[in-house]
Amino acid sequence: MKAALDILRKLLRDPAAAAGLAIVLLLVAVAVLAPLIATHPEAVWDMNPRQRLLPPSEAYFFGTDRMGADIYSRILFGARITLTIAITAVGAALLIGVPIGLVSGWRQSWLGEALMRISDIFLAVPQIVLAIAISQTLGPSIENVILALSVTYWPWFTRLVHAEVHSLRNETFIEAAIALGVPAWRIILLHVLPNVTSPIIVRTSIGMGFTILTASALGFLGLGAPPPAPEWGRMISESREFLPEAWWYALAPGLAIFLVVMGFNLLGDGLRDVLDPRIRRASTGR
Amino acid sequence: MSSIHGFAVQAPGDNLLEVENLRVSFATEHGVAKVLDGVNLTIRPGEIMGLVGESGCGKTTLANAILGILANNARREAGSIRFAGEDLLTMPRWQAESEIRGRSITFIPQDPFGSFNPLFPIRTQTMEVMKWKSPRRAAREGRGIAGFFSRYPRARRSADAAAVLQMLRTVQISKPEEAFGKLPHEFSGGQRQRLMIALALLPQPELVIADEPTTALDATIQAQILKLLKRLAKERGVSVLFTTHDLGTAYEICDRITVLYAGQEVETAPVDDFFQRPHHPYTVRLLESLPHPGRELREIGGEIPALVHPPAGCRFHPRCFRATEECLSDRPAVTPLGGGHQVRCYHPITEASRL
Repeated sequence: MKAALDILRKLLRDPAAAAGLAIVLLLVAVAVLAPLIATHPEAVWDMNPRQRLLPPSEAYFFGTDRMGADIYSRILFGARITLTIAITAVGAALLIGVPIGLVSGWRQSWLGEALMRISDIFLAVPQIVLAIAISQTLGPSIENVILALSVTYWPWFTRLVHAEVHSLRNETFIEAAIALGVPAWRIILLHVLPNVTSPIIVRTSIGMGFTILTASALGFLGLGAPPPAPEWGRMISESREFLPEAWWYALAPGLAIFLVVMGFNLLGDGLRDVLDPRIRRASTGR
Repeated sequence: MSSIHGFAVQAPGDNLLEVENLRVSFATEHGVAKVLDGVNLTIRPGEIMGLVGESGCGKTTLANAILGILANNARREAGSIRFAGEDLLTMPRWQAESEIRGRSITFIPQDPFGSFNPLFPIRTQTMEVMKWKSPRRAAREGRGIAGFFSRYPRARRSADAAAVLQMLRTVQISKPEEAFGKLPHEFSGGQRQRLMIALALLPQPELVIADEPTTALDATIQAQILKLLKRLAKERGVSVLFTTHDLGTAYEICDRITVLYAGQEVETAPVDDFFQRPHHPYTVRLLESLPHPGRELREIGGEIPALVHPPAGCRFHPRCFRATEECLSDRPAVTPLGGGHQVRCYHPITEASRL
């Protein structure tokens, strides 16, 4: 707990990381409070053809879309979909990727090799292409987007954890634990896992941003939540017919995606600086 | 050891540790490296045995073999390691792990920086060891999967904590209560090595294996640590296997010294005999290579042989100034010289030939 507060304090000292944290917290707050802060909560799913494609005004902060729904309210409810997809997809990728990485890094045998080669297969195909293929096959729905994203993102965690465990295995304190007869699962849980949590946390934060971006791309391609769900990527896709006249139609969801992805990336970079001082903004992972 | 020469035979119970004819090889990319080639080593109770040799001669491999932490590509081809009469190599693994390693035999590693988990304070790490390896722990307490859920009995916990604090004081860690809550990086290398000594002595072992414990430290700290280790070992009657490549260090701390050359032990002698009356040509050359005032440095000609294709017979013969035909084919047997001095050489440098 003390350590967590310490990390938070260091994080807030870095303006970029603090901004990232603020954006992420804002996203969470918006998703939770959407029904309360939306100006037209009922308009999210209702058709209202008379108010079609109105420019931004006091009544409609971000204007209205082709169905006459308030874009501002739809963005707020869209945050729920975005956050749900990101959390479950990255969470599932964590649950698949981390244990596989731990096992393959620990067991330096054919089993570890086999697991790593399987993860290589997934990494060989660009994530977006594989995700499109999977969600296209399964049909457009939020569940399938989550499935496609988690199935394609876990190898990133596996590779990361594998490399860390591999180098930790040669540490004297691990060797000592082996010599003392501490069972492997106990060494992995008590000594190895705590030593790899920092990179996992950093990767999770950056992964959230990246997953939101990919999810929006799938939505844009019509593979996400079916209409009329207020999915940000789909909203941009819908707006194409009305550009450039109805510029506000694309602006709001585009801005939302941009902000959220940037927020997670800034937070991830800031966390990396705090948790792993060896690498300071050296590389930009995805 | 027992089968060789009548009067040198020691009763089997005499030695705490007996390594006999141990052969260990490693599968490498270049072939099978025969790292230990029939090594014999004995340690008596309460004795500090020095294991001396150049880098790559198998010191650490021998130490690791005794500890049971040889790498995955290592193969034991022959020999036995008997500790208190029981063969560690044929003993069931769980027994070695629960009763011997960390209890009767403990370890002080070379590198004091990797020896603690950097994430947890000293308290957590020492108490975790004591939970399983405390001398107050009953033999069969919480074995197997039940061990994960087993609690650390409160009475034993406080007794152990008191023992740990006492031990920290003994190894001269200032303010042990404060040190308990600190993280490993807050200690200097010397302090960490003191902590490792404390941790190695806490389970009240019979044998401590110290693998070059002072190599990573600077000279002044080195002397302090050596003195501390020697004093504690003698006070408690603990045997120590002390590996080093530094003859000066060996002289400071050891009762007896065994010289290892390219995976073969060549000479064993009490420390005074070793420095005054060395018999094996390698030992003689080794001692001559020490810097001496008013004399140029003398090195031993040639190089350590590659262990994938080692020379047959005595592995020192390509560099030996006394080598003859017989050295090339068979390894000489152990020749006792009295007073616990043993040499494996066909042409030992005796008092007569020294003149």
